[in-house]
Amino acid sequence: MSIVVFAESSDNQFKKSTFEAISYAKEIGTLMGKEVVAVNISSIANSAELGKYGASKVLNCNNTDGFTSDSTSEIFASICKQIGASIVVVSNSYVGKSLAPRIAISLNASLATNVISVPDLSNGFTVKRGVFSGKAFAFVNLNRDIKVLAITPNSFEINANGSDCATESVSVNASPSKITINAVNKVTGKIPLTEAELVVSAGRGMKGPENWNMIEELASLIGAATACSKPVSDMGWRPHSEHVGQTGITIKPNLYIAIGISGAIQHLAGVSSSKTIVAINKDPEAPFFKSADYGIVGDAFEILPKLISALKN
Amino acid sequence: MKILVCISVVPDTTTKITFTDNDTTFNKAGVQFIVNPYDELAVTRALEIAEANNGTVTIVHVGEADSEPSIRKALSMGANEAIRINAIPVDAQFVAEEIAKIAQGYDLILTGRESIDYNGGAVCGLLGALLNIPSINVVTKIDYNSGNFTFDRDIDGGKETLTCAGPLVASAQKDLCEPRIPNMRGIMAARTKPLQIIEASVSNQAANYQSYSLPAAKGSVKLIDAENAGELINILKNEVKVI
Ligand SMILES: Cc1cc2nc3c(=O)[nH]c(=O)nc-3n(C[C@H](O)[C@H](O)[C@H](O)COP(=O)(O)OP(=O)(O)OC[C@H]3O[C@@H](n4cnc5c(N)ncnc54)[C@H](O)[C@@H]3O)c2cc1C
Repeated sequence: MSIVVFAESSDNQFKKSTFEAISYAKEIGTLMGKEVVAVNISSIANSAELGKYGASKVLNCNNTDGFTSDSTSEIFASICKQIGASIVVVSNSYVGKSLAPRIAISLNASLATNVISVPDLSNGFTVKRGVFSGKAFAFVNLNRDIKVLAITPNSFEINANGSDCATESVSVNASPSKITINAVNKVTGKIPLTEAELVVSAGRGMKGPENWNMIEELASLIGAATACSKPVSDMGWRPHSEHVGQTGITIKPNLYIAIGISGAIQHLAGVSSSKTIVAINKDPEAPFFKSADYGIVGDAFEILPKLISALKN
Repeated sequence: MKILVCISVVPDTTTKITFTDNDTTFNKAGVQFIVNPYDELAVTRALEIAEANNGTVTIVHVGEADSEPSIRKALSMGANEAIRINAIPVDAQFVAEEIAKIAQGYDLILTGRESIDYNGGAVCGLLGALLNIPSINVVTKIDYNSGNFTFDRDIDGGKETLTCAGPLVASAQKDLCEPRIPNMRGIMAARTKPLQIIEASVSNQAANYQSYSLPAAKGSVKLIDAENAGELINILKNEVKVI
């Protein structure tokens, strides 16, 4: 019986969220006396580095067809069954969330997505998950023997104390996917918002899309991803993939800088679990200041150049 | 073309979330309930596809009688009929297992990307696995052409375009369409549209919600003088040590 982690990758590299998922699994493994096996269904050949984060073995299943929810799930479920997985850990990413439910059904497991802590084993198997889009947390008991957990990026620290581990190749006969991937368009050179540790976000106070160069510059100087409020993406100033909040993406970065965003309840829902929040707004009564750690009351068009020049010096 | 749309009923987005009974129960007092915003997009796009292809749209909801106004809203947007599976929707697996029992025979099944109360984002994939059909989550575009559906979907850090023949299940993401607002004729017609009630029968519950908590309140904000805004960078570097 082992803990199995789906080693998600992108552009031939394991993702940071994979290291978090393995570190997370290792912690549960230590609590329960189980080993951690990482499963790499991709074309990455060299996966021994996953041992550093706590995997005792990596199973490589060469796959050059890309990710499809039906076929990749079938392959992964079959490997989980072969090695007798009792807990399956994936990242709560788009990939992880398309995989986890299918795996849960194949293994007749209990499923929890959006998980933000290590399970409490004192009374069954209880996980803490984010609910009401960041407005609250729930403690959920998982009743079935096998558990599938999708853990939220940035909720568990990477622990790289281990060393390279053994790898093995496995092959699985799966039915071909019924889904045909026609095109994949990844934004290159940008940090995906859901995984970003630092986020610079702006709202309607920026007046128009032409003013986003300052936001982009600030973000790139500190290595942050960019985000925006709902009206900004509704008006097409920014792509909807940047929309954070109750009806957008929920994020949990270490730093969230909100510029010209009022701080409506629906916006705060998606960002309030950020570790440090900075609000910049010309209105001293803006609700965001009630949820921020640091604030600057003033005109963004004057403050942004000051921040940018302070970073350049 | 037969389309099934799964809707959940959630607290209005302005709701201040609180709990009662020692933090074990969501406090519904004074809360306004609405059709989950992503599910409204699913209903709208389903109607557009059905209208263009001489099809029908069925709404399914797992919930108690108090969610009937939301089901009627989906009918007033133009759906043909609805099914309510009578039970408290205890978790995503329970909901999906209940829906799977009535979901045979549809060419397309739509859900929302996630419900904004429990944020599981799981019903689409669960249904796909239970019915053994493809599941495609977070779609921002759906087109139908002679037996094939084409989708744009969000992936981590980008977008993907896919083709797949039905039957399949997909989950609606923002940008799919503008939600349709019911008109007076739709509202009148919805009153007499068929709403079938089925009793729930799944017994092996996969998960139990034990209790809830609220995020810790923030201390008061430390203000930095706008004239001296560069000081923020110094604080983030040397005190918070985050950049
Ligand atoms: C069903 C529903 C769901 C919603 N979901 C979301 C969601 O997921 N995410 C979301 O963000 N919103 C959501 N909203 C919208 C939300 O209620 C707010 O309307 C929205 O967040 C406001 O965006 P904003 O702060 O950018 O704009 P505004 O409310 O217009 O605020 C702009 C702010 O900029 C400040 N400002 C203006 N000029 C300057 C300047 N020169 N320098 C500095 N500051 C300046 C102003 O003082 C103001 O505080 C939702 C609403 C509904 C009804």
